Amino acid sequence: MKEIVIISGKGGTGKTSITASFAYLSGENTVLADCDVDASDLHLLLKPETISEEDFLSSYLAVIDYNKCRDCGKCFEVCRFKAVSFDNEKFVINSQNCEGCGYCANICPAKAISLKIQNDGKLYISKTRLNKTFFHAELGPGAENSGKLVAKVKKNAKKYARENNLEIMLVDGSPGIGCPVISSLSGANYVVLVTEPTVSGSHDLKRVIELVQKFKIKMGCIINKADINTALADEIKTFLKDQNIELLAELPCDDVFTEAMIAEKTVAEVSSEMSGKLSQAWNEIINSIRG
Amino acid sequence: MKIAFTTKGEGWDAVIDPRFGRTEFLVILDEESGKLEAIDNSSVSEHAHGAGPMTAQLIIEKDVQILVTGNGPGGNAERVISTAGIKTFTGAGDMTVKQAYEAYKENRLIS
Amino acid sequence: MKIAIASGKGGTGKTFLSTNWAAYMSETTPTVLVDLDVEEPNSGLFIKGDLLYSETAYKQVPDWQKTNCSMCGKCQSVCNYHAVLKVKDAILVFPELCHSCYACSELCPTDSLPMKKNRIGVISHYKFNKLDYVEGRLDIGQEQAVPLISQTNDFPAKHLQNVISICDCPPGTACPAIESVKDADLVILTTEPTPFGLHDLKLMVKSLVILKKKFAVVVNKWGVGNEDVLKYCGSMNIAVIAKIQNDRRIAEEYSKGNLVYNKFDFVRSELDKINNYILNSGESK
Repeated sequence: MKEIVIISGKGGTGKTSITASFAYLSGENTVLADCDVDASDLHLLLKPETISEEDFLSSYLAVIDYNKCRDCGKCFEVCRFKAVSFDNEKFVINSQNCEGCGYCANICPAKAISLKIQNDGKLYISKTRLNKTFFHAELGPGAENSGKLVAKVKKNAKKYARENNLEIMLVDGSPGIGCPVISSLSGANYVVLVTEPTVSGSHDLKRVIELVQKFKIKMGCIINKADINTALADEIKTFLKDQNIELLAELPCDDVFTEAMIAEKTVAEVSSEMSGKLSQAWNEIINSIRG
Repeated sequence: MKIAFTTKGEGWDAVIDPRFGRTEFLVILDEESGKLEAIDNSSVSEHAHGAGPMTAQLIIEKDVQILVTGNGPGGNAERVISTAGIKTFTGAGDMTVKQAYEAYKENRLIS
Repeated sequence: MKIAIASGKGGTGKTFLSTNWAAYMSETTPTVLVDLDVEEPNSGLFIKGDLLYSETAYKQVPDWQKTNCSMCGKCQSVCNYHAVLKVKDAILVFPELCHSCYACSELCPTDSLPMKKNRIGVISHYKFNKLDYVEGRLDIGQEQAVPLISQTNDFPAKHLQNVISICDCPPGTACPAIESVKDADLVILTTEPTPFGLHDLKLMVKSLVILKKKFAVVVNKWGVGNEDVLKYCGSMNIAVIAKIQNDRRIAEEYSKGNLVYNKFDFVRSELDKINNYILNSGESK
């Protein structure tokens, strides 16, 4: 089983639209995973039907048992996150600020504070209109631990791929360079970088390449909206060559990306030009991982 | 000596996992008895943070003295491993446990 | 007054709006642009100012002192983040995992874990014509953005008086974004009139409602896609205070790192609408 992960560094480069197109172009023996859990959009193009769902229990919150609480205020004294306040003659925990460090629970002389695990989101297993199984999730608002949720999505998808002898796991990764991206990359066999020829795009591309190089994973790059700034696109191409990164495709800036979104279809289904370029890119990726 | 291998499966034919902290399995060989013990590490790999040190603590608990892996442990795990006096050998990338053990004995791995 | 510019989806124009609006506003009103997207601070690509001041940002982490340590292991048992480990005859601290709760330090029976400063990044202050620009930049390898976001956010109040703060926030709805909008008087959400833009806008709206923040919407790339975003905002009574027309010329200027408000009248007139909204909504203090 080989894992292909698609990331972008900067948001808004077309990563999810391109992942969806690859999902359409890939053969039957593919499982799909959406690891962009903070704001997952892949499902909007795949029309999944939920097969099962589970709660994502992750962070901890301090909870005071008022039957035991003696109002001594020790919790208030030790909390570094301004999560304990005195309100209405009681000490109360502010759930927005509580980091779940457990200090208050540790020192409460009445043992009135415990840490309760929180439901921070949901994990789904679905079947898409492309007849492929799809693992995705949504993080609750304000939640942390997106890296952990990403790891769970991947673990579930990997298990399914193994059990069903599927050759490819296609992963829509997270934007940025933080924990969720690192979590998306863990175990990948090939990374597709989607970028745009803008100063922000180029700046973030370099940072994300540095990250992937630490993991020693093979990379290929798609330059989207390439005609917005051909000079910068050329600079990026030179940089890719120096870093030994395959240029998989150059796509023109085209409203068809939005039209496809509105039609709830992938770009490859709606535009023959894009389909041609993305098919070529996909074939190069497959040859790379099989070869 | 007890030797730990990071692997994608259990047993002598299991392929080495290049990662340490988030390795899927650990296979521990007791050279004296010749027995293999496989540990499923998937619960550690689900952690967003601190996976490396956690896996390191696991092999310390098992009295492992040698670690054989692909790319090598990351910075945090490396601190724990070297503090515990465990020696790491890398470069076993695509090998099976059997092949990796032979390579270790024949000094073909990187230390 | 503090205004945060945020969004659910990346690439909808937070930095585009905050840099152009802040530069425009600074022509007539003392303004500071604060870049709180500390993992990827990009505003400096467009606001090319002179560096006035720079300071290293720290968080407090425990520092093991061997001398009196009894190796009781209490530190490891009270740490919820796996940041303190007892290994053989040493206590190892992992600063990136530490959340600075002080539990191990204060509960250590022998005072062997005093808290010490640990570098997390840099806060810099630039001047670009009349605009003050403050940026937080997280060191690569640091995992937690929140402590630096919090410190960068506090910087203007300590060093600048009587300014309007416009904060460029990190994308998404997770804790870095939440931290950056926490004390804003108004949150402006940027979006694009596409299905992805609308979907992610709804997620962000949910978060802001929970936080009880005042917010309004600015639509970028108006003209691509459809009007579903307007219909949604209408149905939820959310003010759409400006719509910036999709124009390839803007994309081209942006790609080069140029500001556009001084080049296109239609951009300036949309920024004027935002200014009017701020004045009329009674937010000015």
